[in-house]
Amino acid sequence: MADEALFLLLHNEMVAGLYRAAEQGEGENGRCTTKLESMGFRVGQGLIERFTKDTARFKDELDIMKFVCKDFWTTVFKKQIDNLRTNHQGIYVLQDNKFRLLTQMSAGKQYLEHAPKYLAFTCGLIRGGLSNLGIKSIVTAEVSSMPACK
Amino acid sequence: SRELFVLTYGALVAQLCKDYEKDEDVNTCLDRMGYGIGVRLIDDFLARSAVRKCRSYSETAGMIAQVAFKMYLGVTPSVSCSSAAGNEFSLILDKNPLVDFVEELPAERASLCYCNLLCGVIRGALEMVHLAAEVTFLQDRLKGDAVTEIGITFLRKAEDRKHKRN
Repeated sequence: MADEALFLLLHNEMVAGLYRAAEQGEGENGRCTTKLESMGFRVGQGLIERFTKDTARFKDELDIMKFVCKDFWTTVFKKQIDNLRTNHQGIYVLQDNKFRLLTQMSAGKQYLEHAPKYLAFTCGLIRGGLSNLGIKSIVTAEVSSMPACK
Repeated sequence: SRELFVLTYGALVAQLCKDYEKDEDVNTCLDRMGYGIGVRLIDDFLARSAVRKCRSYSETAGMIAQVAFKMYLGVTPSVSCSSAAGNEFSLILDKNPLVDFVEELPAERASLCYCNLLCGVIRGALEMVHLAAEVTFLQDRLKGDAVTEIGITFLRKAEDRKHKRN
């Protein structure tokens, strides 16, 4: 769908623009990631509100995580999460083997050090969505080999 | 989904407003980002639409309005030519999806061009097909005008001056 291309490009520009501004200014990479994450947070909150307007109440945390993996991810990235693991004590690992925002970048280990920048927004997205569903969380991302990420 | 794009754009503008105090800086930043998007979007557009080469400025403006806007934003602005020389056009949008979730501009940001990204995108895309243009907002609904109007002025390339325009 054409919208996807638009969002991908906008996201890439955002990352590039923020880092470019940082280089000219203070040169603190950490703050850029925080800014991206907080933008994702806002968007996630808004999106989840719109998506769950008509759905039934969630039974428990696992139900919410399944919703995120299936419906939320499908609406945002046009595919489902490939693998969801949990230790039933509050830690969930979502694995996406072909993460949309990274597929255009590389298919292996090249540019691995730049990957986290592109995941910050999505982490914020998930955190915002969960927060509006009543769950406080910390979301981190890990990339070992593009375009898969956890 | 388009909502994701619109919401992300809103968050981006909000962040830029926090980072830059002056409206002009935010506008410039949005324009530059739009330019970066436009130079890449044109490839995507040409691949998806497979249109034939445009042979005149008015065909190009029409293509932008009827095909590109429809493809990416789902709206079709109306095109009108606003100069005798045939190189100035305006696209009139009566529905702008980018501002779906925006009610009004905050008081201290009165000269913010919220959709300045669009101008940059059009400018970047045109440049990649070797058409230099200036794109600005002539009217903006968020600032109280009746409609949103984008003006595209095609700048003459150096070699055009030798030929007579049809």
